[in-house]
Amino acid sequence: MTLFKDRIAASKPLVFLLCLTPLAWLVWDTLQNDLGTDPVAQLEHRTGLWALRLLLATLAITPLRRVSGWNKAVRYRRMLGLFAFFYVTVHLAVYLFVDLGGYWADIFEQIAKKPYITVGFAAWLLLIPLAVTSTQKMMRRLGRRWGQLHKLVYATALLGVLHFLWLVKADKREPLAYIAVFALLMLWRLPWKKLSSADRRPSPPRTHAPQTQSD
Amino acid sequence: MRIGHHPDIRGSEITPESIYQNRRTVLKMLGLGAAGLIAGCGSEEAPSAALAATPDDSAAADKPLTIAKKGEYVLPDPPTSLKDATHYNNYYEFGTDKSDPARTSGRFKPAPWSVEIAGHAEVTGKFSLEDILKPHPLEERVYRHRCVEGWSMVIPWDGIPLADLLKRFKPTAQAKYVAFTTVNRPSEMPGMRSGVLDWPYIEGLRIDEAMHPLAFLATGLYGRELPNQNGAPLRLIVPWKYGFKGIKSIVKIAFVENMPRTTWNISAPREYGFYSNVNPAVDHPRWSQRTERRIAGDGFNLFGNRIETQPFNGYADQVASLYTGMDLRKYF
Repeated sequence: MTLFKDRIAASKPLVFLLCLTPLAWLVWDTLQNDLGTDPVAQLEHRTGLWALRLLLATLAITPLRRVSGWNKAVRYRRMLGLFAFFYVTVHLAVYLFVDLGGYWADIFEQIAKKPYITVGFAAWLLLIPLAVTSTQKMMRRLGRRWGQLHKLVYATALLGVLHFLWLVKADKREPLAYIAVFALLMLWRLPWKKLSSADRRPSPPRTHAPQTQSD
Repeated sequence: MRIGHHPDIRGSEITPESIYQNRRTVLKMLGLGAAGLIAGCGSEEAPSAALAATPDDSAAADKPLTIAKKGEYVLPDPPTSLKDATHYNNYYEFGTDKSDPARTSGRFKPAPWSVEIAGHAEVTGKFSLEDILKPHPLEERVYRHRCVEGWSMVIPWDGIPLADLLKRFKPTAQAKYVAFTTVNRPSEMPGMRSGVLDWPYIEGLRIDEAMHPLAFLATGLYGRELPNQNGAPLRLIVPWKYGFKGIKSIVKIAFVENMPRTTWNISAPREYGFYSNVNPAVDHPRWSQRTERRIAGDGFNLFGNRIETQPFNGYADQVASLYTGMDLRKYF
């Protein structure tokens, strides 16, 4: 294929369409009036779930590269992250304009008083600078600070899974599954080798060269 | 006492379920519906076709009831469709998703059924449901149903006033509370395997709440026997309290001296109090109770469903006096 530089570039439109599928499905169900008894809750639940899944997918890219050696996978990460932001934004918009509707101003009270709304809203806020600085140009301009800034995604994902956990009334199994995935992805990031070597040679003080932020 | 009677609301404002299933015929048929309600034969006008259309419904839902009295407790609010009222249920014994009970309650056997009456009363023992209900003519009441989660419905229940039943057993002066217990049948209730709540489900009322004319024991809805997912064969309806107080599939009613424990209060004491009166001024710790999303009517209902929650779910005139002098923030 000459149209694209390589296979990754060629597959991107497909991944883009895949990321849009949940939205298309939701729009279809809405138009068919097929969202069940409480359509508003369905819209909120499904957009929220897809936001969380895509966010965790971005966190899975680095482990995937290290484990499989498929380094080019990183080139999908921006798209996944932007779609996560897109679904969180739709999620918030549904809550604000469809669910609260005429009572939209209540959101300020909710943010102040309800922990699951507070963390959910904070997660959306934290994603804004990440989305804004996701372009090549911003990456180049920010240099090393770009990597530092984008570590915010860990906080966002944590707030996202907490949001899910805290809104569930009694049956916590589903949010706990998401927390487990998040925890695994974070545990994988701990510098295990360094920790274990530090255990074996406890005496010399750790005088590493300044670490370079790698991902 | 004619509590909840609204002489200004005609029977025709409560649309029989079969009619608004087909919106095009609503206007034409409203007159017929009103006639049916007045004649007390409205149940015959509600054919079972609407329910039979969904294969996952339990068979019990199809049995029509003979309703002796109608029209005394009606509401101006448009009612919830039978389909929504029977397919969106919090009945954790059948699963925690609101679509679970309609799917998984098919194996549940609501007959034969017996209810144990226990505690401080002159008459106690185990009675068949038929014997318990026999002396009472069935009545239909349209009540608002407000879930603690922030949604609400408007449902015509069929049953008997709780007080009428309780009085037959002659509670003594020591009977300060009434404690209710749900059946414990894990083999027929797949949700009970999960352990999300302490089984069996238990609930309670203060004796004066239980004796209040609005407190109701339902054996049906929309002129039919209760489907399993709605708490067959006997459930409690306390319209001024959050929905979870309406304990389902009752097997035991005990007159007790001390405040009984209640399932959701055991599960999360900070979130669910014994009283759990609908109160827009007292938030649930995790969500606001100031407004609610009404699930009612038919058709496309994405927008404009949010309404303000009324103190005591709109029944304050009738029940607020039960709580005179009580700090409702403390006794939530």
